[in-house]
Amino acid sequence: MIAAFITVVCILATMFAPWIAPFDPFDPAQISLWDGKLPPSWVEGGQPQYLLGTDNQGRDMLSTILYGGRLSILVGLAAVCMGMVLGVTLGVLSGYFGGLTDTIIMRIADIQLTIPGILLAILINGIGRTVLPLDMREDFAIFVVIFAIGLSDWPQFARVARGATLVESQKEYVQAAKVIGLPQRLIILRHVLPNTLRPVLVIATIGLALAVIAEATLSFLGQGIPPTTPSLGTLIRVGNEYLFSGLWWITLFPAIALVVLVFAVNLLGDWMRDALNPKLR
Amino acid sequence: MLRKLVNSGVKAKKLTELCIESTGKLTIPGKCVRMKQMADDWIDRPLGNHISVCLWVDSLKNTADNFVRGSLMKNRKYLVASAVALALTSGQAMSENVLRWTSQGDALTLDPHSQNESPTIAMNGMMYESLVTRDTEMNLLPELAESWANDGNVWTFNLRKGVKFHGGEDFTAEDVAFSFERARHEASDYKEQIKSVTEVKIVDDHTIELVTDGVNPILPNQLTSMFIMDKGWSEANNVASPQDFAAKEETFAVRNSNGTGPFSLVSRAPDELTVMQAHEGWWGKGQFPGNIDKLEYRPIGNAATRVAALLSDEVDFVLDPPLQDLKRIENADGLKTTTVPQVRTIFFGMDQGVEELRTSDVKGKNPFADIKVREAMNLAIDRKAIQRVVMEGLSFPAGMITSPGVLGNTEAQDAEIPFDLEKAKALMGEAGYADGFSVQLDCPNNRYNNDEKICQAAVAMFAKLGVKVKLEAIPKSQHFPKIQNRTSDFYMLGWGVPTLDSHYVFSYLLDAEGSWNAAAYDNARVNEITKAIASETDLDKRTMMIDEAWTQVRTDMPYIPIHHQVIAWGMSDKVDAPIASDDALRPRYITMK
Amino acid sequence: MLSFILRRLGQSVLVMAAVSLISFSLFNFVGDPVNNMVGQEATREDRVFIRQELGLDDPIPVQYFRFLGNALQGDFGLSYRIKRPVNELIKERLPATLELVFVSAVIALVFGIAAGVYTGIRRNGWFSKFILSGSLVGVSLPTFIIGIGLIYLFAVTLRWLPSSGRAGIVELGWWKTSFLSVDGWRSIILPAITLSLFQLTMILRLVRSEMLEVMQTDYIKFARARGLSERAINFVHALKNTLVPVITIIGLNIGGLIAFSVITETVFQWPGTGLMFIQAVDFADVPIMAAYLCFVALVFVIVNLVVDLLYVLIDPRIRIAGR
Repeated sequence: MIAAFITVVCILATMFAPWIAPFDPFDPAQISLWDGKLPPSWVEGGQPQYLLGTDNQGRDMLSTILYGGRLSILVGLAAVCMGMVLGVTLGVLSGYFGGLTDTIIMRIADIQLTIPGILLAILINGIGRTVLPLDMREDFAIFVVIFAIGLSDWPQFARVARGATLVESQKEYVQAAKVIGLPQRLIILRHVLPNTLRPVLVIATIGLALAVIAEATLSFLGQGIPPTTPSLGTLIRVGNEYLFSGLWWITLFPAIALVVLVFAVNLLGDWMRDALNPKLR
Repeated sequence: MLRKLVNSGVKAKKLTELCIESTGKLTIPGKCVRMKQMADDWIDRPLGNHISVCLWVDSLKNTADNFVRGSLMKNRKYLVASAVALALTSGQAMSENVLRWTSQGDALTLDPHSQNESPTIAMNGMMYESLVTRDTEMNLLPELAESWANDGNVWTFNLRKGVKFHGGEDFTAEDVAFSFERARHEASDYKEQIKSVTEVKIVDDHTIELVTDGVNPILPNQLTSMFIMDKGWSEANNVASPQDFAAKEETFAVRNSNGTGPFSLVSRAPDELTVMQAHEGWWGKGQFPGNIDKLEYRPIGNAATRVAALLSDEVDFVLDPPLQDLKRIENADGLKTTTVPQVRTIFFGMDQGVEELRTSDVKGKNPFADIKVREAMNLAIDRKAIQRVVMEGLSFPAGMITSPGVLGNTEAQDAEIPFDLEKAKALMGEAGYADGFSVQLDCPNNRYNNDEKICQAAVAMFAKLGVKVKLEAIPKSQHFPKIQNRTSDFYMLGWGVPTLDSHYVFSYLLDAEGSWNAAAYDNARVNEITKAIASETDLDKRTMMIDEAWTQVRTDMPYIPIHHQVIAWGMSDKVDAPIASDDALRPRYITMK
Repeated sequence: MLSFILRRLGQSVLVMAAVSLISFSLFNFVGDPVNNMVGQEATREDRVFIRQELGLDDPIPVQYFRFLGNALQGDFGLSYRIKRPVNELIKERLPATLELVFVSAVIALVFGIAAGVYTGIRRNGWFSKFILSGSLVGVSLPTFIIGIGLIYLFAVTLRWLPSSGRAGIVELGWWKTSFLSVDGWRSIILPAITLSLFQLTMILRLVRSEMLEVMQTDYIKFARARGLSERAINFVHALKNTLVPVITIIGLNIGGLIAFSVITETVFQWPGTGLMFIQAVDFADVPIMAAYLCFVALVFVIVNLVVDLLYVLIDPRIRIAGR
């Protein structure tokens, strides 16, 4: 319950960032470089309008974290949704029809799994940069990240969904539905799909946490979201360079925000896993 | 026997590594035979056959005694041997000055003619030498040539006598002629730099004449990284040309070297560890203050890790500590930093040549073609803020794209362009861009000090002018081709001047034909001057022309100068390394306590 | 049984063919190789010359089959940047990565299974709760933050362990090992822990939930009823039955370890293949990138194959179903 509460607070706070945040870090006209590298307001040298201090560009840390968190959550959610839709669709089809469909889909999943997500993302990023017209690249960076993480996620969903489908389609009521000649579309949508959702939901929650970390990792490798519209990952990457120079607040606050966010989502996933597992109830 | 061994005073000066081999128990394949021979050479009496001490020279410093400590726990038999080993290591550690150093990126190759890139040149410059070199103050200094003289289009160099290569070969005029031939090869990266040399004449064993295409008053300045290789060695190892791109095997010279310089190569694992030792037979021995016996280079790409290595005493010297960490290094016990202005200027280029910018919302015309816009962009940059906040004070706001120290940089020309947002806005209004426009700024993220952060700060400053700049920060390997292929509207570039003469800047950046003039600046008079100063020998007249060209450039503002870079080095208190404005480590001047 | 193995082998070959196609496509998508081979001052003629020498103007299928033919012989060409054969470079760097992955895997397995069993048995103990929340924090921390944090604590502040690099290497033929010297062990500890933490928590949580399920099953209840000792129940009957999913997860995660070694190796400057890969990406050194991709895929395919075969040995049901 606490987990759900924290998650909701995190999501709400970041979603309403434009109204909560004291500054708009995406608007370069509001930034003054002369205010750069100020410590949090309670530390000597800090200024009251910058509660958590400012970063190396003079952006208010609190605002950047709120906006960055929003971006991270959006990227994570979008990537997980993409992976989930793709994975569940293919997984259910694979499990329901079996045979050649099953083999083809699961082989593709195998190929996909042979290339770890990070490498895949770097790959897609490199291709994206070359293929896209010059002026679209920065806007596209976020979608590249979403696409890359989502694409590396789907086999997990597919495997789980396939497993659940296999179990489900053996059950008598599905067999019965087949016998009375219900259209397959209907059987899949009404009976099979809903029953795969429970394990998928658990995976999705954990997947969200992983996606947020994946985004941060990509940004750390310089392959992620550009620093002009920073996500939490980019903020940590930039702040990381100041770790030894005494400007701890540039790394620490975004890192705490990220850890709290991921932690809450993970707790939620954990709780869901136990709650949705009828054997443990 | 063991006591004797230890007492025998082991002349292990040259050694860093020890390994204990108990007959038949633990063998290090291949090495021990040679090592045993070496060991016998160094230790007064031959060792008994029960325990033999093997010594070898490469690899890391502490392995041996830790290795011994490790095996000690396992087997008592080694106990005795380890006592010897420990005595040997501690004995030699006292007498040898090992400089362990690091920087962001390794030299690309040890072939001295295949890559014209600063870190590569600096690394090769420890082992190879050129006719003329520079000291840490950037003065020209005789190296393999003792003196030189110019007469019309002929430069005569009198070569140093009695110089030997690391392999023992004599250095003669033959080698110089061979090296120039090699550097002019199709696959060489130096052919542009020595383009003016049309003929190399061997007068006698120790005199050589370089014939240039017309008069070239600055030829010696262009030769400081034109390294000399041994003809016999190169031919014997099949490396008479710098690089064969179609070849399937690496060429021998990529990982081996045979120069005349103060250090010779011991081992090389690219991107991992490169070890060099002082060359006993170096001609300059005793003439330079340095007392380094051995260099161990280990590149560390991640900035934070690099600083951590210095803070935890794993390296003695960091070539490129991040500017924001200098205070931390300064405050740490036993560490210090030094800084010096670098001969490199950071600036933005605006493509004023294209009909329509590729990344702008302004269609049908090019805002950068309007001098008012270029001036407004220049006025919108708060160079002092960049200096103080982004660069931690370690930069000099610039008024021109060439640094102090280069002939042509004067106080008047380099006067900082003032930050004046009001005037800039007015100019934009006059130019018809009161509402601004959008454009993409291309920026490298691993080339210059805080390159990406400067660009980010500039984006915010341009935003206040109404110019919406989109930032594209990418690795240098992808950034530079954009400039070379003329596909960038607006880009960051830093330009160093190895010749310390404005001609280098004009011919690349301001001449209409210049290969790096992606701003497409084209001024008839500047083009004319670029040609004229290449062969003008009247120094006063030449300097006047250079000044005239810079005045023209300051009026036309094809570039937005930001600042001249400052170099910072971080090192242990034990090390005294005089810093040089070309950021090259010159171990012949480094002393260690 | 034999047909099953043959089928799996055939599928593996197919997977590798697909990966090689992806690797090859890198050559055509990531930057212009010629620009990365020549210096900044090379002329246009040089570039054209090199294009021809490398056969970059041939039709794409011709280039692909040339690539495939060479790759089968382990020849990925010359690195653009270092100008050395890529297979040699990988061979040199491989021991570092494999040793790191090996130590991490051992740490993850030993501590993961131990903690998983403990928390599974003592479901409500305070120490279990502590381990579990700790594991959640472990999952929630990005690898590079852990790495930098460990360096900050153990190398810079306490000065117990080296911050980076691979010291104390002993050569055994061409294999350079860290395992034979104290320095070698000292320098492998931090990166190995960093790399293992994530997998450790995964294994811990997996083992725990499997234990919880197994403990509810009838035959455990029956074993209790028979009066078997708690120890025998926990370790002989319960743990054995959790191993099947654990093996799967290990199979899947070896690839994860290798992929995340890219980050760990970057932070710790560990001279393995991951560091080489990220350096190659920075310089658009396509031959290395392509070879690395094929290498990771190959490791993955082999591990998966082994896992599949182990499955058949461990779980008779699969054998019967015949898949």
